[in-house]
Amino acid sequence: MTFSLKINGANHQADVDPDTPLLWVLRDVLGMTGTKFGCGMALCGACTVHLDGNPIRSCITPVGSIGTSAITTIEAVGETPAGRKIQRAWLDLEVVQCGYCQSGQIMSASALIASNAKPSDTDIDNAMSGNICRCGTYGRIRAAIKHAAQLSDAN
Amino acid sequence: MFTDRFAEGHGAGEPSGLSRRNFLKAGAAAGGGLILGVAFARGGMAQTAQEFAPDAFVRIDRDGRVAIIVCQVEMGQGTYTSMPMLIAEELEVPLSQVHVEHAPPDDRLYANPLIGFQVTGGSTSVRGFWKPLREAGAAARTMLISAAAQTWSVDPSTCRAEAGQVIHAPSGRKLAYGALADKAATLPAPSHAALKDPKDFKLIGTPAKRLDTPPKVNGAAKYGIDTRLPGMKVATVAACPVFGGKLAHVDDSKAKAVNGVRQIVQIDNAVAVVADHMGAAKKGLAALAITWDEGVNAKLSTQDIVDQLDAATQKPGIVAKQEGDVEKAIKGAAKIIEAVYREPLLAHTTMEPINCTVHVRKDGCDIWVGTQVIARAQAIAAEITGLPLDKIAVHNHVLGGGFGRRLEVDFIGQTVRIGQQVDGPVKIIWTREEDIHHDIYRPYYYDRLRAGLDDQGMPIAFHHRVGGPSILSRWAPPAFKNGLDGDAVEGADGPYGFPNLLIDYVRQEPPPGLLVGWWRGVGVTHNAFMVEGFVDELAAAAGKDPVEYRRALLGKAPRARAVLDLAAEKADWGKPLPPRSARGVALVFGFGSYIAHIAEVTIDKDGSVEVKRIVCAVDCGTVVNPDTVKAQIEGGTIYGITAALYGEITIKNGRVEQNNFDSYPALRMNEAPAIEVHLIDSNESPGGIGEPGTPGAAPAIVNAIFAATGKRLRKLPVDKDLLKSA
Repeated sequence: MTFSLKINGANHQADVDPDTPLLWVLRDVLGMTGTKFGCGMALCGACTVHLDGNPIRSCITPVGSIGTSAITTIEAVGETPAGRKIQRAWLDLEVVQCGYCQSGQIMSASALIASNAKPSDTDIDNAMSGNICRCGTYGRIRAAIKHAAQLSDAN
Repeated sequence: MFTDRFAEGHGAGEPSGLSRRNFLKAGAAAGGGLILGVAFARGGMAQTAQEFAPDAFVRIDRDGRVAIIVCQVEMGQGTYTSMPMLIAEELEVPLSQVHVEHAPPDDRLYANPLIGFQVTGGSTSVRGFWKPLREAGAAARTMLISAAAQTWSVDPSTCRAEAGQVIHAPSGRKLAYGALADKAATLPAPSHAALKDPKDFKLIGTPAKRLDTPPKVNGAAKYGIDTRLPGMKVATVAACPVFGGKLAHVDDSKAKAVNGVRQIVQIDNAVAVVADHMGAAKKGLAALAITWDEGVNAKLSTQDIVDQLDAATQKPGIVAKQEGDVEKAIKGAAKIIEAVYREPLLAHTTMEPINCTVHVRKDGCDIWVGTQVIARAQAIAAEITGLPLDKIAVHNHVLGGGFGRRLEVDFIGQTVRIGQQVDGPVKIIWTREEDIHHDIYRPYYYDRLRAGLDDQGMPIAFHHRVGGPSILSRWAPPAFKNGLDGDAVEGADGPYGFPNLLIDYVRQEPPPGLLVGWWRGVGVTHNAFMVEGFVDELAAAAGKDPVEYRRALLGKAPRARAVLDLAAEKADWGKPLPPRSARGVALVFGFGSYIAHIAEVTIDKDGSVEVKRIVCAVDCGTVVNPDTVKAQIEGGTIYGITAALYGEITIKNGRVEQNNFDSYPALRMNEAPAIEVHLIDSNESPGGIGEPGTPGAAPAIVNAIFAATGKRLRKLPVDKDLLKSA
């Protein structure tokens, strides 16, 4: 089946079974490798993308379920005010170590501050506990989200 | 420690044989510019100019960019920033102008200065390259100044280097390094170039921004798993779930019918589904009907391994360290304390699942992978294909976590075997389940500890019998000497001084097919839990404060005492906490660094443990990038907390019982404590920093649990059922 997907503002075609997870359409069919595979069961958050602005786990999202919803990935999240601030904060606070989970962390964090201008520690726990980081960057992620919330849109 | 056991003369206290002279040789780079080779001094057999075989290269291109080509790979530890800092400091060039290139596979040209072959591990990058890279930077700077002085026909002493250019102050003339590189390449490398006095450092010791971060926040960084090639297929694999078992039969009729599946490949112990994309490969794999020949381990359970260790450690082992007479001292002791401490098998679960891409052809083979041991990747491909080494190209990548897992090449060999049957390039990705079922695990350790206390409760005898397999005997056989595995006993007496000491080692291998290997903090992580838990028991038996008790054992270890004192001060040691909340301490020396962890925990009524705060004090000698040091201690500590609270691989019917992050959990944001890292200001040689954050986390937590509940846990992970309140 051929699916027409709206990704990062552009239309893309993919000829796959409808139960194919969006993750593999992005990575293997369309060549957008910024979104990462970590567990395949929505347990680690590495594959997080935005669907109409909401964070979803692309590893368990069948491509046939997406319809006309707009997908945003790590490659383009920097074009949104929230994504830009989160990326800036990640650099300012030197969050990243190996970096592999950070695409997913940044997608979850961007969605958080897009909907919540001043997230509390509990808000951060709720939004970010689905994203595992084995390098252990959690403390810096927490600080960077708070830092991003202070940045102006111009950043 | 494991990393220091290979190259003779490169002991922990003398990183990279620093008193000996490293050789430098200069020449023209293939594409223009200056290339400088560095050959590390080795033991008593320093290389001569005739047999010069460099271990690292520094290249200055015509555009002024500086490349370091070394064995080290970036896996999150920050080495692709700290090594450029070493060069930039002496070369007088902006850090942004320096980068690291992945070295091609060649153990002879690109050896790790501490280990002797091409490997990243054991917290060796800064320790090993601290002097050679600064020497190379200083030599290149001297040559560039000479080249400029010749160009201008002036005395070199009237020129200076600054920010990537040579300046002739009297005339105000300037030439950029790039413009001088070709001329400098015609000059001999100086036999000696003076290094800066540390007080003149401008970069070393400052929190430099990491050079590898920008492409990691926008999806641009390419890991091995991101490899894409024209015509490439994607495959996933199932190896026999029972260790050592083989593939008996596969019915692939349903899998072949899956849209996008192209080929089913069988090798002796595994089957792979090759497809257009991973979604189809996974679906195809699920549709296979596989019959395994389970072999001799079909009934194996964790308890079998424990029973074997229990029996083996009843008898004395190989003596690793002996001071005084433990048996005699124990006979005269006022009190004898004995305990068995146990640590489980552990998986690594790097966030980037195991993967490898190959293109095997009749006349050659290409491999795209992220590996800590690139020359071993090349060697295993040569062994399997029968191709000569020079026909096997390995393209290395940044690693999505290593932690020791990518010190192994099992999956690379598997991919090559599968790739031999595929026409064109193929990328193998293990599912997370496959990763957990077929890791090369941190061994099960089963240690017996015994101490004799005097009438003041202080230890007059300390006996640590280590029981476990030898990783070195498989991974680096020449380093396994006289039956002793130096890694297994690393840190087995902690940083302490005991008047009578015995460490012996009982080697007990797991059943064939179950492989064990390196895991973050290696031998020190294993022994820190045993020793720090037991020393805490001794303090309790003596009725003494755990910090004060340790202090009293550190008369000859002032650096250890200083980190202990600093951590105690910063953690408010001794300040009362609510009921079922307490602090625990652990003190560790390893990789040339000292670290104290103080954990503050609260135990809920259901027995679950909340780690609320961790305070670390670290003395890792001279600090290159303090922000990276802190990040590594923070992250290493989180890795250790995960193991303390959750980490356990168990085996039933020859199979690993855990599958994914649901049954093999990792610490998450809502559980992560605040971690403070305090650094001791030091001019000592740099210590390692990637490994040392992990070992102290678990013992600090179990010691805090004891302080909070009176329950002494001698087995990991923490069993919350034992901690329920009545």
